[in-house]
Amino acid sequence: MRRSLTPYGLLRTVLIVVAVIATLLPVLVTLVTSFKIPRSIIAGTWFSTPTLQNYAALFTGSGNFLRLTGNSLIASLGSTLIIIVVASLAAYSLTRFRWPRAWTVTVIALLLFVQMLPPIVFVGPFYLISRNLGIYDTPLALIMAYMVLNLPLAVFILRNFFADVPRELEDAAAVDGATRLGTFTRIVLPITTPGIAATGILTFIFAWNDFLFALSLTTTPRGMTIPVGVANFAQNYQILYGNLTASAIYAAVPAIVLVVFAQRYITKGLALGAVKG
Amino acid sequence: MSETTPVTRKAKRPATTGPRGVRWLLDAGFKYWALAPALAILALLTLYPAVQLIRMSFSSVGYAGGHIAWSPVGLANFTQILGDATAMVAFRNTLVFVAITVACETLLGLALALAVSESRRLSGFYRTVLMLPVLIPPIGIGAMWLMMYDFNYGFIDKVLSALHLTPQPWLATTRLAFPSILVVDIWHWTSFLFLIILAGLESLPQDINEAAQIDGASHFQRLWHVTLPLLRPTITVAAMLRTIFAFKIFDEIYLLTNGGPGDSTQVITPYIQQVFFIQGRMGYAAALAVVTALLITIFVIVYQRVDAALSGQG
Repeated sequence: MRRSLTPYGLLRTVLIVVAVIATLLPVLVTLVTSFKIPRSIIAGTWFSTPTLQNYAALFTGSGNFLRLTGNSLIASLGSTLIIIVVASLAAYSLTRFRWPRAWTVTVIALLLFVQMLPPIVFVGPFYLISRNLGIYDTPLALIMAYMVLNLPLAVFILRNFFADVPRELEDAAAVDGATRLGTFTRIVLPITTPGIAATGILTFIFAWNDFLFALSLTTTPRGMTIPVGVANFAQNYQILYGNLTASAIYAAVPAIVLVVFAQRYITKGLALGAVKG
Repeated sequence: MSETTPVTRKAKRPATTGPRGVRWLLDAGFKYWALAPALAILALLTLYPAVQLIRMSFSSVGYAGGHIAWSPVGLANFTQILGDATAMVAFRNTLVFVAITVACETLLGLALALAVSESRRLSGFYRTVLMLPVLIPPIGIGAMWLMMYDFNYGFIDKVLSALHLTPQPWLATTRLAFPSILVVDIWHWTSFLFLIILAGLESLPQDINEAAQIDGASHFQRLWHVTLPLLRPTITVAAMLRTIFAFKIFDEIYLLTNGGPGDSTQVITPYIQQVFFIQGRMGYAAALAVVTALLITIFVIVYQRVDAALSGQG
């Protein structure tokens, strides 16, 4: 009976269709361009025989994307692993144990403040610290930056998940003589895997996507990550659109894979970390 | 379970036979050492850098003979900001940018979330597509729009020529560059507001809306008098977060215009980055960063006060 023939239903459908097309258009144009030979990009041919040469050029000859991918993986996975361990312990301690209220409020306020500050605030000091520690232009400098970038979000997401664990489970484990750490690793963590997954996925993506710290704390392929490689294709006098679009698509692969396979965790993580934090 | 048994036995022994053992202390102090690594990171990597930043902002810091030299200059860096025309433009542009993008993205995100939550068919597909922009690397988004806007090979100008309209140098004129950047940002971040508001919509209690429907409230009445008031806390938090994020804009501007042409798209983060790394004036960059941090802190406090006052009335 209520078909989309009502004016409201029509408006709704038009809005969604326009939004979907507008969202996909730049992605599709980029995807199509990345499979064109440079000559047909310049000639403005709408379609030409697809080629993988733009992608191959990222890895062969002077292309250094193998190195950059390694750095991106080390920086993103390294910081994500550290954050998961540190944030889950901290969030568990804050939600499940008795702390003076003023103390909890201070810790949370500090985390909120760090999340609120624009990352550029940390760029200068991190540059000097990484110079002093001798880790400038290595993925280690980026791991340091991404820990700070993502720690607050991780604590906020995980607090919400730990708060939902029924206390009876922990009490039962305590009666059985389990240590607090044992209860945490063997009882609490296994039932909060969705929370760990949501946290891990978001911290990984945000680290993988970072450009500001990668640009500021590295200068050579020794420490550079993929986003810096992408940007370099646009710095020439003549923009290398074949390489630029291929590298942009390549950089977006984890995001696309995770959107398709782990959508639920991402939505949950964003909503919890954002709104309830 | 077999591996837990000896642990249990050992853990009990010190408690019954003598002084409390190391294992007991470890267990009793669990909440302290569980929180300690996070606090250590906060202290070493946020409090210490914050102190460094403030020290830098009162110093002249730069390269001298291969190493970094500091010398105190008092308030000179801060007074310099007032006479720096580019900095003033960057602050003004940032505020305009934040106001326009956050308003557009919140309205669009809300409209899309309402539309998708009510559509039964394909809602999974819409959700997948509409969440994509928030996860794609921003530098990739910059690359995509560089391709879209290019005067010679870009998609938009090719379509315009095909329609016998005049192609425009979107990123190369002071008139068009700033609006072009706004479009990219709205493309990028509407997605975030859509997701957060949609999550909020889906957690609303359904019974009030159903009761209103039974009482004969129209679709619009239910939206205006039931759904939106219930959704208000979600929208205010999402818009505030988005505002905080909007101050961070860097990647797309760096790639698309690098602040130009002239200073027409100059905003805070890219400007501070340039001052620090290209001009090498680290102390002055630190002063700009301190002012930015203060601006955002003031914004958040005012926003929360206003929000509390408004919701207190309602």
